[in-house]
Amino acid sequence: MGQNANFKNLLTIMFASAGKLSLFVLISIVLLLGVKTITDPLVAKAERQNLLDTLNQVMPKDRYDNDPLQDTLLLTDPKMLEMLGSEDPVMVYRARKNGKPAGLILTTIAPNGYSGNIYMLMGILAEDFRVAGVRVLKHKETPGLGDKIELNKNPWILEFNGRSLRDDNDPRWAVKKDGGDFDQFTGATITPRAVVGQVKRTLLFVKQQSEFLYE
Amino acid sequence: MSEATNPSVTDAPSNPIQSSRWADYKLIAENGLWKNNQALVALLGLCPLLAVSNNTINGLGLGLATLFVLLASNVLVSLIRNHVSDEIRIPVFIAIIATAVTIIDLLMNAYFHTLHGILGIFIPLIVTNCAILGRAEAYASKNTIDKALVDGFFMGIGFLFILVLLGAMREMIGNGTLFDQAYLMFGESARSWTIHFGGDYHGVLLAILPPGAFIGLGLLIAFKNYYDAKKVAHKQKDLGIQVSVVSSIKS
Repeated sequence: MGQNANFKNLLTIMFASAGKLSLFVLISIVLLLGVKTITDPLVAKAERQNLLDTLNQVMPKDRYDNDPLQDTLLLTDPKMLEMLGSEDPVMVYRARKNGKPAGLILTTIAPNGYSGNIYMLMGILAEDFRVAGVRVLKHKETPGLGDKIELNKNPWILEFNGRSLRDDNDPRWAVKKDGGDFDQFTGATITPRAVVGQVKRTLLFVKQQSEFLYE
Repeated sequence: MSEATNPSVTDAPSNPIQSSRWADYKLIAENGLWKNNQALVALLGLCPLLAVSNNTINGLGLGLATLFVLLASNVLVSLIRNHVSDEIRIPVFIAIIATAVTIIDLLMNAYFHTLHGILGIFIPLIVTNCAILGRAEAYASKNTIDKALVDGFFMGIGFLFILVLLGAMREMIGNGTLFDQAYLMFGESARSWTIHFGGDYHGVLLAILPPGAFIGLGLLIAFKNYYDAKKVAHKQKDLGIQVSVVSSIKS
């Protein structure tokens, strides 16, 4: 009898503990759900604003009046993606003014950097396919040498602004060492060469596919 | 990096006679800020400390997040200390800490979105910061709410101080700046806060890389031990005892 009572007692304690633990977890869940409901719209808004800020760096705000985040095109054709150096689908954001094409914003990847891919965001105006802006998003180039392609390290990347291609083989679109217009960095030619080459390829791509891209 | 709860975490035993509440608080503050500093003495929470201290603002961001979590967890743990049995003590503490961390994570994501992106995985990982469970288990679960609150505050400030100090050291040496990217926390007007040291200084990259974190923390610990040993030596000299400095350095 005594043993049985002991066992019952133990069982009660165990259930009480389990119940308390469950209660704490339940309170936590309710609390977290509450906070999440409040913060979710704020996070979504911040994310949207972040993306828009990034896009505006390569496409001046006054150039368009639509919402490029709503006017997008997902590229999946492998041939097109090859020109952009990407293996994954690429999102193209389309800027329009008064309903007419104003410019495109897309990511493009230079595959031939000094140490791997250089990820860039590029804005291209609809009129004469001029470059509105280029920014490097991600890269692994040598710090102190190749990383001057970042705007916060060096203004070099601004050299692209307002430039366009005269024809498919415009000789100006190369670093100075190769007879072109763009500065190279002391001790780092491969990085700027890769960036210039990929910006040129992307311009060509947009020129060739412009009707499809804006449709 | 594996961190075990340090068994040698010692706290001054609370005085049963309650000579004065303020004397207790003072002792707690001394422990948190210096004597039992979680980063320099207890060596807890090193994983986020080393990883995120590559500049001042990152250090400040993570330090503040850790401070808030410590405050919340210490108060809540102290509040429920008489209502949970020993068997479920640790899971309940973990649930409380995880909830506090997740709430801070969500709030930071909403209000400091970019900074949250930079600190990334280290905010959720505050859950695994042993300093927090350490304080819950070693202090808050045995003391009244007011003391637990003061303990959480000063332990948090001590940790934050080292994070910011290490961050500032590494940023100055590695990047030649101070308060770079302050606008991520304080808004656009803080863009001008960045201090540049000399236009041509491009920094010693090593300080920003992980080895710089270890070397920096090692120097801070060495400095603290040296300072403490000097103090002890002075005291002993005053008392007329001759003991070499080296032997009194805490190992």
